[in-house]
Amino acid sequence: MTPPPPLLDIRALTVHFDTKDGPLRVLRDVSLQLAVGETFGLAGESGSGKTTLGYTILQALGPTARIESGAILFEGRDLVAVGEEELRRIRGRRIAMVYQDPRSALNPTMRVGAQIAEVLEIHERTPAAAAMRRAQELLELVNIADPTSVARRYPHELSGGMQQRAVIAMALAGGPSLLILDEPTTGLDVTTQARILDLVGDLKRRVGAAILYISHDLAVIAQVADRVGVLYAGELVEVAPTADLFARPVHPYTRGLLDALPHLDGVHGLAPIRGRIPRLTALPPGCVFAPRCDFAAPECTAATPALEEVAPGRRARCIRWPTVIATPRGSTAEVIERGTIARETVARETLGPDAALLSFEHVTKHFGGAGAMARRLGVGAPPVRAVDDVSFDVAADEIFALVGESGCGKTTLGRLAVRLLRPTAGHIVFSAPRPTDAQIVFQHPDSSLNPMKRIGPSLARPLVLRGLRRPERGRRVRELLEAVRLDPDYRGRRPAELSGGEKQRVAIARALAMAPRFVVLDEPVSALDVSTQASIIRLLADLRRTRGASYLLISHDLSLVRHVAARVGVMYLGRLVEIGAVDEVFRAPSHPYTHALLSAVPRPDPGGRGQPIRLEGTVPSAQHPPPGCRFHTRCPQKIGRICEEIEPPWERASATHRIACHIPIAELSRGAEERRT
Amino acid sequence: MTSLSPALGVGGAILALVLAITVAAPWIAPYPTTEQHMLDRLQPPGARFLLGTDQYGRDLLSRTLFGARPALGLGLGAVALGLALGVPLGLTAGYVGGRFDDLIMRVVDAMLAFPSLLLALLIITALGASTGHALLAIGVANGPGVARIVRSATLALREAEFVLAARVRGERHLYVMFGEIFPNVMAPVIVEATLRVGFAILAGASLSFLGLGVQPPAADWGLMIREARQYVFLSPWPLLAPGTALALTIVAFNLFGDGLRDRLGAT
Repeated sequence: MTPPPPLLDIRALTVHFDTKDGPLRVLRDVSLQLAVGETFGLAGESGSGKTTLGYTILQALGPTARIESGAILFEGRDLVAVGEEELRRIRGRRIAMVYQDPRSALNPTMRVGAQIAEVLEIHERTPAAAAMRRAQELLELVNIADPTSVARRYPHELSGGMQQRAVIAMALAGGPSLLILDEPTTGLDVTTQARILDLVGDLKRRVGAAILYISHDLAVIAQVADRVGVLYAGELVEVAPTADLFARPVHPYTRGLLDALPHLDGVHGLAPIRGRIPRLTALPPGCVFAPRCDFAAPECTAATPALEEVAPGRRARCIRWPTVIATPRGSTAEVIERGTIARETVARETLGPDAALLSFEHVTKHFGGAGAMARRLGVGAPPVRAVDDVSFDVAADEIFALVGESGCGKTTLGRLAVRLLRPTAGHIVFSAPRPTDAQIVFQHPDSSLNPMKRIGPSLARPLVLRGLRRPERGRRVRELLEAVRLDPDYRGRRPAELSGGEKQRVAIARALAMAPRFVVLDEPVSALDVSTQASIIRLLADLRRTRGASYLLISHDLSLVRHVAARVGVMYLGRLVEIGAVDEVFRAPSHPYTHALLSAVPRPDPGGRGQPIRLEGTVPSAQHPPPGCRFHTRCPQKIGRICEEIEPPWERASATHRIACHIPIAELSRGAEERRT
Repeated sequence: MTSLSPALGVGGAILALVLAITVAAPWIAPYPTTEQHMLDRLQPPGARFLLGTDQYGRDLLSRTLFGARPALGLGLGAVALGLALGVPLGLTAGYVGGRFDDLIMRVVDAMLAFPSLLLALLIITALGASTGHALLAIGVANGPGVARIVRSATLALREAEFVLAARVRGERHLYVMFGEIFPNVMAPVIVEATLRVGFAILAGASLSFLGLGVQPPAADWGLMIREARQYVFLSPWPLLAPGTALALTIVAFNLFGDGLRDRLGAT
């Protein structure tokens, strides 16, 4: 029996961009097949060419791109060869694509239903009334509970998750047999992401379309894909069924990626891959991964290895694969060394409250809103309650983490801590000698360095403020660069010449230049690639150990927090709902919100998890927070009127662990007993 | 990046020429600007007077060459003054924000709503007609526009992370504004300033034309056009020579400014 022909068959595809320095080959010899109804996950870090591959399939590359060689057979036709007219018929109808940012995919001036109906009217020539009915069916298909009302709304009236559903509904309008999803959940909150991923799983059953799921996040791919392909610097280095890939990765790069991911158990992972992704302008000879590879041998640089079959259904582009699979994971000296350093440097000790370096005492921060007079008259908007009555301490030399989804107030708290904002009410007590002993590292590497300043002067400026003289400053700048593992030559470079990870290292060095006692880390690695992320976290942990300081780590990434923090505070809609030592917060008993948050975290192990908890609805507006417990509108464990009317009291689960919930501690423990972390 | 856009190339070439003339006028002008040749009044271009003469028999070429000096001086000076007023105002308004920003910007709006030439006229009537006062008037009229550009660029950078980082490490506000923000608003400011020089030259010429700027017998394009006006039917040359020079210079500044805008990616 011959197997049915694949729906999509990409054969030896090579794509380059014409640049002034000559052709830049962003995809080289990429071959992959998608069966009808299959979900294929395409993983890769930035610059791997994964998005270019999506565009190449749609033949929607820019004018400077050339398909050098290869074929893209889709339903038997070669998309590289078909004419523009035919392509137009295929795009949107047979193949549809969903991009990362739903806002740019939706027309802000059109109601959602009308936009979807328009696709049907144009592509299928459906009459207007029927198209509108079909649009509502499509919205229902993407798990929108109230399609009639959502169809009548404008995109800005929908949350990010709802917008992305609407975009997916629009993509499904033409009844495609292939759906390309390019980072559809990047930028969404973890609980929203979990529901979109559920939807992708549902669609497979309901629509029967094959899905090409492109993502930088292996954990996300583990949840949705049947098979996975890993791209590295333009080459497909490994293709395998999802379960096999995560259980026994064959290519050293895939292994590296999996070892670099922080694991929710707080023990495994965070071992960085050494070196950096090569520039496409200066690819190493032979295997492109060889310079970073723990298994590299002299023969690896001789020729580009072929993507050869290593087991039935599994292919890897590595000549050393027999050695790799014979070596147990995490057993190479390099990985052990990197991994243990990451773990050892982590401060686990929990200090008593007497050692508090920074105390938040009933801190409240409101933004905007009408003046007192206008409010008394009952006109004007209420203020945004970004932070409401939050109290906690950060001890000297501890890493305290704040977690929560966007809009929970964690970034506002961080800015309050470094005096960028003043509290509306309450006190922040900082018991270090100088106010500048509190420093901050921000999220976006591109914006955290002044683009007009070279690295040297950027790092020297804090030293000027500290009153250091010129020769001493030069020495210290070199020292700082070495401390963040950058070459002292970087002094003369401009931020534009640095990669994201390198910029973040400079930003860390700049904060350290003030010799701070306390550093706010506001999502310090969320804009970085996995392999870079691990090395930055390791660097931060190292620096904290050698220089001694407290960190306030603000993050949405619970796995990361589990690795590095001693204590954690969980925030929801401006309130702290749970606080405790990291192991306490990640185990039962926990606040229902923490519980849901943990349940939503995608894990890089396909299958093998209990019934996930999904939060319904969206986060209410911080201008009109719900009375009583703020979480009651979405709480899966709501007990009744008391939750809607009375603010929950702080309950003590242990000397260090507190939960703000009406449910007694004993019951919170029971509810979460079966949960594994 | 090595290729020069036509706008930048042509504009730059003319500007370089005008600048060279301004500097070298005393050496290349065939006659002193005020030397009268009473027998050769209103001559067409010829071998002796390359561009002809005016109603007093003064050499038009020499006067046009020397006329570049007040034009460029006034244009550049007035814009420099406009920058000196507008940049700190715009930076402060954008950086401080809130009520202060509202106040400054309403004043700026009021000044922008007022025709700038009329504003200059008012200043000159109050102070008296002279080259210096014309420069002052045009400079002041340029301030609000510059302030608005700088303010909107500043506003976009106020919450930039490198600016916040500077504040957290305890930098003084003046340093944050001029040391961190200003270098990043330079690009749009340079483009705007270049475009404004053209307009300032035109405004200066207009004031001289009205008799409120450069005073006779100095060589100035606006003044030359004013004096040539009555004789235009006897000889067009006294009008054409400074008129063409003026138009070319202004076009050159505009071309150069547009070219810079594309090159620097400023808006």
